[in-house]
Amino acid sequence: MQLFVIQRILGLLLMLFSFSMLPPVLVSWFYSENAMLPFISAFLVTFVTGTVCWLPVRQHRADLRIRDGFVVVVMFWTVLALFGALPFLLSAQPSISITDSVFESMSGLTTTGATVIAGLDALPRSVLYYRQQLQWLGGMGIIVLAVAVLPMLGIGGMQLYRAETPGPMKDNKLTPRITETAKALWYIYLALTVACGLAYWAAGMTGFDALSHAFSTVAIGGFSTHDLSMGYFNDQPLIEIVAIVFMFLSGINFALHFLAWRSRSSKYYFADTEFKVYAAILLLASLLTVSYLYWTSTFDTVGETILRGVFQTISIGTTAGFTVSEYHAWPGFLPIMLLMMSFIGGCAGSTGGGMKVIRVVMLMKQGGREILRLVHPSAQIPVKVGGKALSDRVVEAVWGFFSLYVASFCLLSLIMVATGLDFVTAFSAVAACMNNLGPGLGDVGMNYTSVSDVGKWVLCFAMLLGRLEIFTLLVLLTPAFWRK
Amino acid sequence: MKIIILGAGQVGSSVAANLASEANDITVVDVDRKLLLNLQDKLDIRTVYGHASYPDVLLRAGAEDADMILAVTNSDETNMMACQVAYSLFRTPTKVARIRSREYLGFKKLFGNEAIPVDVMISPEQVIIDYVQKLIAHPGALQVLDFADGLLQLVAVKAYYGGPLVGQTLSALPDHMPNVETRVAAIFRKGTPIIPEGDTVIEADDEVFFIAARNDIRTVMGELRRQDKPNKRIIIAGGGNIGKGLAQALENDYNVKLIDHNTRRSKQISEELDKTIVLHADAADEELLLEENIASTDVFCAVTNDDEANILSCMLAKRLGARKVLALINRASYVDLVESGDIDIAVSPHQAMIGSLLAHVRRGDVAAVHSLRRGAAEAIEAVAHGDSRSSKVVGRSIEDIKLPPGTNIGAIVRGSEVIMAHHDTVIEAEDHVILFLIDKRRVGEVEKLFQVGVTFL
Repeated sequence: MQLFVIQRILGLLLMLFSFSMLPPVLVSWFYSENAMLPFISAFLVTFVTGTVCWLPVRQHRADLRIRDGFVVVVMFWTVLALFGALPFLLSAQPSISITDSVFESMSGLTTTGATVIAGLDALPRSVLYYRQQLQWLGGMGIIVLAVAVLPMLGIGGMQLYRAETPGPMKDNKLTPRITETAKALWYIYLALTVACGLAYWAAGMTGFDALSHAFSTVAIGGFSTHDLSMGYFNDQPLIEIVAIVFMFLSGINFALHFLAWRSRSSKYYFADTEFKVYAAILLLASLLTVSYLYWTSTFDTVGETILRGVFQTISIGTTAGFTVSEYHAWPGFLPIMLLMMSFIGGCAGSTGGGMKVIRVVMLMKQGGREILRLVHPSAQIPVKVGGKALSDRVVEAVWGFFSLYVASFCLLSLIMVATGLDFVTAFSAVAACMNNLGPGLGDVGMNYTSVSDVGKWVLCFAMLLGRLEIFTLLVLLTPAFWRK
Repeated sequence: MKIIILGAGQVGSSVAANLASEANDITVVDVDRKLLLNLQDKLDIRTVYGHASYPDVLLRAGAEDADMILAVTNSDETNMMACQVAYSLFRTPTKVARIRSREYLGFKKLFGNEAIPVDVMISPEQVIIDYVQKLIAHPGALQVLDFADGLLQLVAVKAYYGGPLVGQTLSALPDHMPNVETRVAAIFRKGTPIIPEGDTVIEADDEVFFIAARNDIRTVMGELRRQDKPNKRIIIAGGGNIGKGLAQALENDYNVKLIDHNTRRSKQISEELDKTIVLHADAADEELLLEENIASTDVFCAVTNDDEANILSCMLAKRLGARKVLALINRASYVDLVESGDIDIAVSPHQAMIGSLLAHVRRGDVAAVHSLRRGAAEAIEAVAHGDSRSSKVVGRSIEDIKLPPGTNIGAIVRGSEVIMAHHDTVIEAEDHVILFLIDKRRVGEVEKLFQVGVTFL
């Protein structure tokens, strides 16, 4: 462990992050809301802390080891969530406790989108903007951003990048240099955001809403500036369609976007197994949802049934977590099915949460292989995705991931039940947080105000666990990691 | 014809043996002195020791006035380089190279005089794969050969008791199949050829060679033997280049299992093949064969590089109930030994391959040559050029053409139209004429027949 190197990088990243508190100041000034002070003080505190961390050890330059990478990433996400909570804590509106501030900040950064604030419409715009911006920064991964803009991270960048990007196979760089890869990802992210914002604006949102929702849509976050989430725009079907399209796009592996953009053709999408499965799952689930809604006559018109059904399926399926109607009160198996879909989540390398489609594909294929092995005991059966055989190492890792995911889910759910929540609420809250989804079922269908403080800290842990894909966080909790 | 053969391996030496018997001047080049010595002892050829693509070695082999260079060393790159050297330094007219890697074959622009100057690429593995694939597509056939890019096929079958045509004269053929045009090109009865006439009677166990359009093949075969069920389940023993390629070619249409005993190789193949089930085991393991349901297997193909293993595993598979067994056999003497016994089809790689080479060695314009019955007979697709004055065939009806004895014309392909030969069919210029030679020694006379007279120039 190279503590000084870690401290130096942490300090640097914190200084970098502090600048993200300045745009809300501008927003506040623009709308003359007089809510600048909390942001300015939060900026100063963060920046000074970062500088104090960095200054004494700025000469310590050494390559990051793999272990250092894990520590930096986990520390950074934790510290970031704490410092990111400052503006919420300092603002007069909303006046919320430390626990709630950290929960909100963590929920934003991990793109979960679970909120403890009721009465969003009454909040100052600077605070609303800040929440959305947190999601946007967390979506692509702020460390990926740092790798892109801070070449001084140098060779160690790959360690950080690997610890933060989602998906089972992380060594596929898009470009020979990691900095270029990170930049490419952020360019695509930025382009998608701009396109999404313009589309929202054209579809009828106000400029502020369009920008805010573009941030949380492309990040597959789920924060909204309204208590009703996307339901606020219920009478503007165009907005929902724009949201559907951009949630779908953001749930695709960004590497595919990159290849498609570089070669100016869409062939890469249709050659990719993960994309095909992802699209198929969402399509089938949408069909099922719409037909069941229609059959139970939940909505009055066919158009509304289709729009609400598809929107909600895509929103939950990609783990964005926007809501257009009280989906947790939908009839029959639909809420449970949608919640289960969030376990699958988006594609690897996307901004979506969950276990990622590719892992589910691998798990299924591995299951199929075991069945085939029973029939042909001496057969050599590789697990193939997209015509390419996977090494046993990857398959094992995916199984390990799956078992830990399930184990963590069960354990955390039990703790939640122990804090006094009912069964459905506890389970769905943990699922919604681990999958970075946001809204759960039962009491946490709209917001998380009813959860106890202990419960909120547990859920914070669950969100981080989900965002860093379990291993990165859990490895720090093992004795072997700390042994010299 | 002066021919230089580069590489004295299995392919090189069998080609040398085949061509040397046809009054060609053959020089064989190799880096193995012992192989060359052996070859020189057996055949009437010259040998040169050295690396096949070095200019001075080619010069010593007589590349300056060679008509054809045949690069069949075991390295694709050496073969291509040798062709390049032969073209750049000696302007050799015909350059044939063995190229095994599919990686090269995918790019047609790569080959040509302005790029890599290879006129003809042959891939022995591919030839065998195509050959076996056609046999599997036509259950019951002993040999299936393409003419005119597959428009027309020559098929060898064994007539069985119970086939509707067995016991009938050939002239009854049109009555049995009014809508199908076919010609029986030859009949081999107990190994001796019979020239088919109108009153020839087909007997059981005759090996009948007939020509028909591709779509009619199944109908004709149904008349000669009870209709074989289409093949569905196939087991391939041996995961070499041939086994893997065969599985690749078959896996989309059939239910394919492949057996290989090498751990690394079987793993590698399993990753490259999509639908085939790759078994890591010994092909002669009775337990395994039973477990994999050998009794309901339609075709068992043994294609390892070991003749004896192929023969034995085929015999075992047949004993355990496989419907058809097919063995790849290099050694000519084994082929005769096994074909009368348990093994249904013996495929000789060199025989399968030699045809694709012979087409380029033959004088006159020859589009395809297939060597039949282990080289004793030959089927030729020759192109007629010139006019009635310069050519001995154009403008004449078939009965007027002076064919050598034991030779007959089976069919004519005009453009994309298939015409079965009648005695009064008139051959036009640019017709592809399919001839069947019962005796290969007459090939020179056939060549002369199709050569255009001097006046044509």
